[in-house]
Amino acid sequence: MKYVLMFIETEEFATEFAALDEAEKEEAYRRVYQWFDDHADKITNRGSKLQGRETATTVRLDSGQLTTDGPFIEGKEVVSGFTEIDVEDLDEALRMVKTWPACPVIEIRPVAEM
Amino acid sequence: MVRDHAGRLAGALVSLLGDFSAAEDLVQDAVEIALKRWPVEGIPERPDAWLFTVAKRRGLDVLRRQQNYRSKLALLQPLEQAPPDDRLRLIFTCCHPALAREAQVALTLRVVCGLTTAQIAAAFLASESAVAQRITRAKRKITDAGIPYRIPRDDELPDRLNDVLTVIYLLFNEGYLSSTAERAHSRDLVDDAEWLTALLHGLLPNEPEVAGLLALIRLHRARTAARFTPAGDLVLLEDQDRTSWDHAAIADATALLTRTARRYHAPGPYQLQAAIAACHSEAPTWPETDWPQILVLYDMLLTLQPTPVAGLHRSIALSYVRGPAAALAELDGMATGLQQYSLFHATRAQLLRDLGRVAEAHDADERAAELTANPAQLGLLNERLAR
Repeated sequence: MKYVLMFIETEEFATEFAALDEAEKEEAYRRVYQWFDDHADKITNRGSKLQGRETATTVRLDSGQLTTDGPFIEGKEVVSGFTEIDVEDLDEALRMVKTWPACPVIEIRPVAEM
Repeated sequence: MVRDHAGRLAGALVSLLGDFSAAEDLVQDAVEIALKRWPVEGIPERPDAWLFTVAKRRGLDVLRRQQNYRSKLALLQPLEQAPPDDRLRLIFTCCHPALAREAQVALTLRVVCGLTTAQIAAAFLASESAVAQRITRAKRKITDAGIPYRIPRDDELPDRLNDVLTVIYLLFNEGYLSSTAERAHSRDLVDDAEWLTALLHGLLPNEPEVAGLLALIRLHRARTAARFTPAGDLVLLEDQDRTSWDHAAIADATALLTRTARRYHAPGPYQLQAAIAACHSEAPTWPETDWPQILVLYDMLLTLQPTPVAGLHRSIALSYVRGPAAALAELDGMATGLQQYSLFHATRAQLLRDLGRVAEAHDADERAAELTANPAQLGLLNERLAR
């Protein structure tokens, strides 16, 4: 089954990350790359890391207001990246995200079959 | 009767069809038909085969357009012997952590115990449509999110088993606390909880916490006859007629607990709570209760589960070991986490009365009465307030 993992940053995580020095940041990135390598056989699309929420623009086609400065969801938790995986079932996806070394929240969404 | 067969059939059909939701619908239909016909026609000689046949016929009917199920169902032979017991997988799927707790509870009752939606709604004083919707959503999530129909791997089992035990414990508490003399004839969730735990204990005999929960439930049930007056009023443990307890059941449950404790070390929270219940059950009178032992057990429980409610119960034991003043001081230290909890105020009232602070005790009882909707507890508090 295919799932998209949505990596979600909290304000606390972002603040802590910003406070790391260069070597520590590099180590944090290394652990993330390692995770992607460890699960390479399950990852069908590595997806992307997204830029920060302050860069987001939301277009609302259903209301008069065409664009909004800022992300769709106003909140302390923002999607900061995504990746697509293909695993046996939800339990395997759950096992996989348990070892995720970065942001503290992950949403697992099954991909709709079209 | 239905309960002994419905879960088994559901387990077998899910394996066969590979579709949790469809299999569950068929079983539910068969159960509804059985509940209508068995009271009139009598219970069939082979209830499992009867349910199986009805579910199969129903399945061929409903799934006429779905070739996939139709061909699988057509292959099913009439049931010669009981199908293999797949209920453990069923339980773990119903209690999967990706489902909300309320959904886990409703699904377990319906799929594993074979309760109808109406029975579940009545037991929880909820509307039938709300329960039906909760079940439909949960079933859809099982299918769409890819929740597996499988016993968890060894490394996942402790956490997952904990979810199952939490669901059963919730059922037990709901049944135990909401029970009144008048509701004795309505669905007995305590009975369902015991049945489920016994089933789980049979399927996982080497899990000490399952045995612990079973002992805990049986020890509480052994006191049922003494919990209400003939008029239906709640009787507190300290005022109960201990001769009307089921002493054979107490001995059995205590023996199970002792066996488990000897085989496995480091008892978990359910075994500890059962051990506390056993101390109460073995005491000839309330004053002769082994309070120092109970205090030790609460201390152990609090290191595993530092919850305010466990702290509250510990303070009651403490009042018998070190006096009401010491207990009150402890209790007041925990006040922030327990302000909205009726039993906190009722316990404070008791301690204040023991200390002769009658006016404060009255205020605390009033607060306790405001915070409970349970008729049995309200009756008791109102009686105290009227004194």
